[in-house]
Amino acid sequence: MSNAFSWFVIIGTLGSLLAFFLILYMNRHTSNPGKTTGHSYDGIEEYDNPMPAWWFWGFVISILFGIGYLLYFPGLGNFAGFGGWTQVGALESDQDDAEERYGPLFAQYAAIPIDELRQDAAAMRMGRRLFATNCSVCHGSAGTGSEGFPNLTDHEWLWGSDAEQIQATILNGRMAMMPAWGPVLQEQGVQEVAEYVMQLSGREVNAELASAGKTRYDMFCVACHGPEGAGQPMMGAPALNNEIWLYGNSRLRIEDAIRNGRNGQMPAFAERLGEDKVHILSAYVKSLQQQ
Amino acid sequence: MAMNSGLHWKTRMTEHPFYNYKVVHQFAIMTVVWGIVGMLVGVFIAAQLAWPALNFDTAWLSFGRLRPLHTNAVIFAFGGSALMSTSLFIVQRTCHARLISDRLAAFVFWGWQAVIVAAAITLPMGFTSSKEYAELEWPIDILIAVVWICYAILFFGTITKRKDKHIYVANWFFGAFIIAVALLHIINSLALPVTMTKSYSVYSGTIDAMVQWWYGHNAVGFFLTAGFLGIMYYFVPKQAERPVYSYRLSVVHFWALIAIYVWAGPHHLHYTSLPDWTQSVGMAMSLVLLAPSWGGMINGIMTLSGAWDKLRTDPILKFLVVSLSFYGMSTFEGPMMSIKSVNALSHYTDWTIGHVHSGALGWVAMISIGAIYHLIPLMYGRKAGAMYSVKLIDLHFWLSTIGTVLYIVSMWVNGLMQGLMWRAVNSDGTLTYSFIESVEASYAGYVVRFIGGAIFFSGMLVMAWNIWKTRQLALANPTQVEEEQHLDAQEVLA
Repeated sequence: MSNAFSWFVIIGTLGSLLAFFLILYMNRHTSNPGKTTGHSYDGIEEYDNPMPAWWFWGFVISILFGIGYLLYFPGLGNFAGFGGWTQVGALESDQDDAEERYGPLFAQYAAIPIDELRQDAAAMRMGRRLFATNCSVCHGSAGTGSEGFPNLTDHEWLWGSDAEQIQATILNGRMAMMPAWGPVLQEQGVQEVAEYVMQLSGREVNAELASAGKTRYDMFCVACHGPEGAGQPMMGAPALNNEIWLYGNSRLRIEDAIRNGRNGQMPAFAERLGEDKVHILSAYVKSLQQQ
Repeated sequence: MAMNSGLHWKTRMTEHPFYNYKVVHQFAIMTVVWGIVGMLVGVFIAAQLAWPALNFDTAWLSFGRLRPLHTNAVIFAFGGSALMSTSLFIVQRTCHARLISDRLAAFVFWGWQAVIVAAAITLPMGFTSSKEYAELEWPIDILIAVVWICYAILFFGTITKRKDKHIYVANWFFGAFIIAVALLHIINSLALPVTMTKSYSVYSGTIDAMVQWWYGHNAVGFFLTAGFLGIMYYFVPKQAERPVYSYRLSVVHFWALIAIYVWAGPHHLHYTSLPDWTQSVGMAMSLVLLAPSWGGMINGIMTLSGAWDKLRTDPILKFLVVSLSFYGMSTFEGPMMSIKSVNALSHYTDWTIGHVHSGALGWVAMISIGAIYHLIPLMYGRKAGAMYSVKLIDLHFWLSTIGTVLYIVSMWVNGLMQGLMWRAVNSDGTLTYSFIESVEASYAGYVVRFIGGAIFFSGMLVMAWNIWKTRQLALANPTQVEEEQHLDAQEVLA
């Protein structure tokens, strides 16, 4: 903040606190304790009693404490405070302490390959806790997912099921990008493609519509979802030829996906958890798959 | 025929020969009506937190839409009507002056009701500016500003007509409340409209958050504290028939309270991207705020010195005194929760909800209820506080007190438990509990809170019944009514 604003803050803050002192000081005595002031409002009178002493001194002490607090902690404009405390500094020191204390516990597993690590009961207990804290909000506490959030216990993997691929997904996150085809395909086209997509997954459909849909599918969708609808893990394009539908399998939901697109996002955890924890977490996620 | 005479009676009843009691009566009745509506919504969403299936998978019945409806209904519809009823009553009686304009008074009443109805329609439909306690969209915000300014003109205009040079302390508090709420509402609601039902705040990021909580905290400070202290300063000495304990204390704590409250908003944003210095100032000022807040409680409770025996027989006074105790408790709790290390535990937990309700139920609602019991019989030409049944007031008092205690205790327990569960760590530094486990553990507290809320709500139904019977009593004896009001007018003019 600018120097002028800093002084504005300092003068405003200390000035107000001093003003409260003055109000208290100026009113410390009354002339007729126990008597009324002589006014009557709708029959209500007021005693000219002084402020209770304990209240008066309590107020004074709180003002003194306030001034002391603002001198020790950052509070008076640009003045950093005698204590040198900052919010970010306190957080970093807590994080450093935690890293020092807990870091080695996770680091001990860093060299063990993921496929081996998932057999390690102690490591998997840590993995489950990490999962409960960081992943369960979206993927569910059992990893079974919900609409828009992939089930991690089945064999369908949008971005690949190898240990390295899972680790990369957790570390760097993923950004899915199904474009909105509504403007290109028009309403009729959206319905035809939806019909064909349902046929790919082996459902009973209107053959005529589906066949028209196939022509459009081969033009617009094939690049990502493949000619047989098998999907493409490189781009996170889901397979369309099975029973698993991330956003629901009703005609309405499928048409909606084609018309308006989808933008699923998996956040990146590299910075938040660090590589050692992600390593254990990847093994835990991999272990969910076997159950 | 009965209907006809009822209407006839009503017109005459609200026409005090000297004061405008019509608007006072209208707001008093709506205080009870909106109290019932707002608290019923509150009880319903409390039940949803215990049994989520109660949203019936219907968007407009979901918690996210009904919660702002509950808060708006109890703060601005129930609390607002109580404040307007009592302030317009007190300003007339303590200034010995009739309101400056009956038409303006009618506009304030119907305008405010229109705001409430608009809120009750748009909030469940999902129209929201997403600012807490300021969710209403811009066309309604403009209506609020217009009605509020008219209310200010009505109030201050009447003050200028006063017979005595001095202004009674209750009116200082109402005056501060009216001015501050106008500023808070207009500045925080500044927005760029994009359609009739959508607008974007003119502020962005951290500044938006700071403006919002400057508003939010002072909605508590001026709407729910200063305004209700105005109520306290009239009805406590009046009901206790004792002089106010200390004029000097009221001067000092008034100026200190209104000057310090505006600094305290940042404590809602501890440990966020708000700059360190702003957080520190917010915390320091919140602690300094304790003494001025307690000034009002001390002045109210000490006013009862020499009249404590009245508490045995007068449940209206019990409402007023217990509300002051809850006020003292929650204004002690507030500064404690603003201490950063306490806040790190309490923030985002149910403790906050408990704190708010010890103020909202214990202080705001109970002092309003006491005040309405005092003034409603006057509207019907009876003596102050002469309700149909004193026993029913007593029953209401116990329902309110027990309901409030169950509510706040269950939320304290939940809040502490949640705060401790969220920070518990295993030997490897990972969190012991996932979030959903803390939700599961909160179930018992949610059930107790629902029961407490339902008990408090049932008291409002008792109140409505008592008022209805009081009205019928007056209806049965119109001559006496006329005489009483005539006597009252003579007293005023003397």
